[in-house]
Amino acid sequence: MATPMFRFDPVELPPEAIKLRGEVRAFIEEHKDVMGFSRGEHNPEFSQAMGKKGWIGMTWPKQYGGHERSSFERYVVIEEMLVAGAPLSAHYTGDRQSGPNILRFGTEEQKSYFCPKIAAGELTFCIGMSEPNSGSDVAGTRTRAVKVEGGYRINGTKLWTSNAHNADYAILFCKMAVDEEQANDRHAGATQFLLDLKLPGIEIRPVINLLGEHHFNEIFLTDVFVPDHLLLGKEGNGWNQLTSELAFERSAPDRFLVFFQMLQQMIRMAGPNPDKATAVALGKLISQLATLRSMSVSIAGMLAEGLQPNNESAVVKDLGTRYEQDIPVVARQLFPSEPELEAIDVYETMIARSTMNAPRLSIQGGTREILRGIIARGLGLR
Amino acid sequence: MAIRDETRMLLESMGRLFENLCTKQVVDAAETGVFAADLWRAVSETGVPLAALPESAGGADAEWADLYAALRVAGRFSAPIPLAETMLAGWIASSAGLEIGDGPMTVGPVRASDKLTLTRDGNGWRLNGTASRLPYASHAERIVLIVDGPDGEMAVSLEGSTAPTPAKGKNIANESRDTLVFDNFHLSTAAALPKGVSRAALYRRGALARATMMSGALERAMDLAVTYAQERVQFGRPISKFQAVQQNLAVLSEQTAVAVAAANLGIQSLSQGDEEREEFQIAIAKTRVGEAATLACELAHQVHGAIGFTKEYSLQLATRRLWSWREEFGSDPEWAAKVGTYFCGKGADNLWPIMTGD
Repeated sequence: MATPMFRFDPVELPPEAIKLRGEVRAFIEEHKDVMGFSRGEHNPEFSQAMGKKGWIGMTWPKQYGGHERSSFERYVVIEEMLVAGAPLSAHYTGDRQSGPNILRFGTEEQKSYFCPKIAAGELTFCIGMSEPNSGSDVAGTRTRAVKVEGGYRINGTKLWTSNAHNADYAILFCKMAVDEEQANDRHAGATQFLLDLKLPGIEIRPVINLLGEHHFNEIFLTDVFVPDHLLLGKEGNGWNQLTSELAFERSAPDRFLVFFQMLQQMIRMAGPNPDKATAVALGKLISQLATLRSMSVSIAGMLAEGLQPNNESAVVKDLGTRYEQDIPVVARQLFPSEPELEAIDVYETMIARSTMNAPRLSIQGGTREILRGIIARGLGLR
Repeated sequence: MAIRDETRMLLESMGRLFENLCTKQVVDAAETGVFAADLWRAVSETGVPLAALPESAGGADAEWADLYAALRVAGRFSAPIPLAETMLAGWIASSAGLEIGDGPMTVGPVRASDKLTLTRDGNGWRLNGTASRLPYASHAERIVLIVDGPDGEMAVSLEGSTAPTPAKGKNIANESRDTLVFDNFHLSTAAALPKGVSRAALYRRGALARATMMSGALERAMDLAVTYAQERVQFGRPISKFQAVQQNLAVLSEQTAVAVAAANLGIQSLSQGDEEREEFQIAIAKTRVGEAATLACELAHQVHGAIGFTKEYSLQLATRRLWSWREEFGSDPEWAAKVGTYFCGKGADNLWPIMTGD
């Protein structure tokens, strides 16, 4: 056939990954007081405990604080943590994308300094891409870096930055001045920095989300001086680096397990002998989940082979968020309830949180439309 | 279970065979009710239909996974032959020690509600009941059925020429689906079934066959839609350049990928030797592929516009089969109910351990 087909070869987890699962479940049992539905809380102690287990930076070289384990083992740790509702946000961005991008583009000094600290759960990273006028169109960044003696002077604003108020560093995406002949190249001058969020000239303001919670932030940079040794990669190579960072972000198996505990709760409420309509509705959700999981294991297999499953990752993220968004829709049909955030009844809280969180799932990490654009490019249409 | 080299080679050679011999003309002719004998002969000569059988029974001890992969290719080409049925009939007959023969076979019952009862009659047997909508029964040289005997399920194998005259029927892809009524029908032989072979096992493996063929038909529908969108020019450019069309094609490709992955999930379970796991993984497969097909057919037609609605153009060969196969061996809602019932019965805390399988 002429048309490219996205490949999801069936993969079975190797024995070492299966063995690890028991260990992870025991660890979760030990820490069950901090587990919960849709929490994603910042909990440095938990991240450090995971770091001690060797479960952050699992696939990285030992030389840089990693553990040289397989992508399958990493996959198992992540899926078990997500299913349990573990508070991962103190290390997750660093583990998933900042660390891997530093390993790929960083200097020896950067790799030796940052990666072991991320792997220990001691250094929290956040993303630094979106801006007030540059959301899906990341290349439209207006944050500017100017070369000065010994470093760079940076001005601009970042927005929608999750966890910036708890983070130590961001990988900042911005632009530098370009020659006239490059003026029409939207990716020219793009540059990334390892930005210490405690530097003078940085102000972080909360942006309260519709749940009334503080997860994302606006970051103002006014004449912030970043020393030379914190340039990541090369001046002008930022677009390539950002593409790589996004690929790391999207290949993670974290796009269909956010509401897992709510699915469990629905099964609990249905009881052991559900009526036909309930069985059909739950059976469809479970079938979607099982299929997404097998596709995600398949992506772990592609990563293990050194492939770059960018299109496949976009497929799983788009399908995964669709499935997650269906969960509250199906829930309210099967088990009607007035949602209440602080309800005593655990289900009422779940339906409140999932209903209100659903819209963000197909926006963060690449909107549904952007992902489908990536897939269309993979099909050779653009 | 990564894709093995043997599987890849088999798929490539099956692909070439169908490419050459299963053209639109051949499918169109078969849809008029004439059996595609040349195509069947060529497929039969590859040994694939009976390859799962032990070598002693004329097979090749092949992996079921490989044979199901071949069904995906057959589905891609709308192959108007009882390939899945012959594979399954051969499996049941040879497991039970019954005659097989080397022509096209069919297998049943294919409907959960059919009742077939076998009673003793001297040294022989009497069969009563109805086998509804058996695929290609009027063209099959042999019909293999699982029936209710006096002490449980048994298999019978009868020559097509000696069977009751089928009442001819067809699905909306004009594939023959013929009903056989047995009224005190005499049989000299019937055989007990070994462990692992049962009406339930036939039903689920039939469902998996349809799910797998559907994943192939979806690959065809998607290939046609993507190719057509790049050729069809409107408003001065190929319609594939319009974002609205691109987004539809992206979703179509996602649903195709899901269907292949879901079918593979079912196929994976065949080698694990765990009937309970096989049952729910295949239930998941038929459910998910059915859902994917519903959305994908809609999008493939939408991208094609009016031409896709014609008999002349090939898209309908895939979509009419998808709409037919979606309902055969249990529809997606029927299997979804089984998935839901199974997991509710196991309880919420066992959902994840069962899914991860360790």
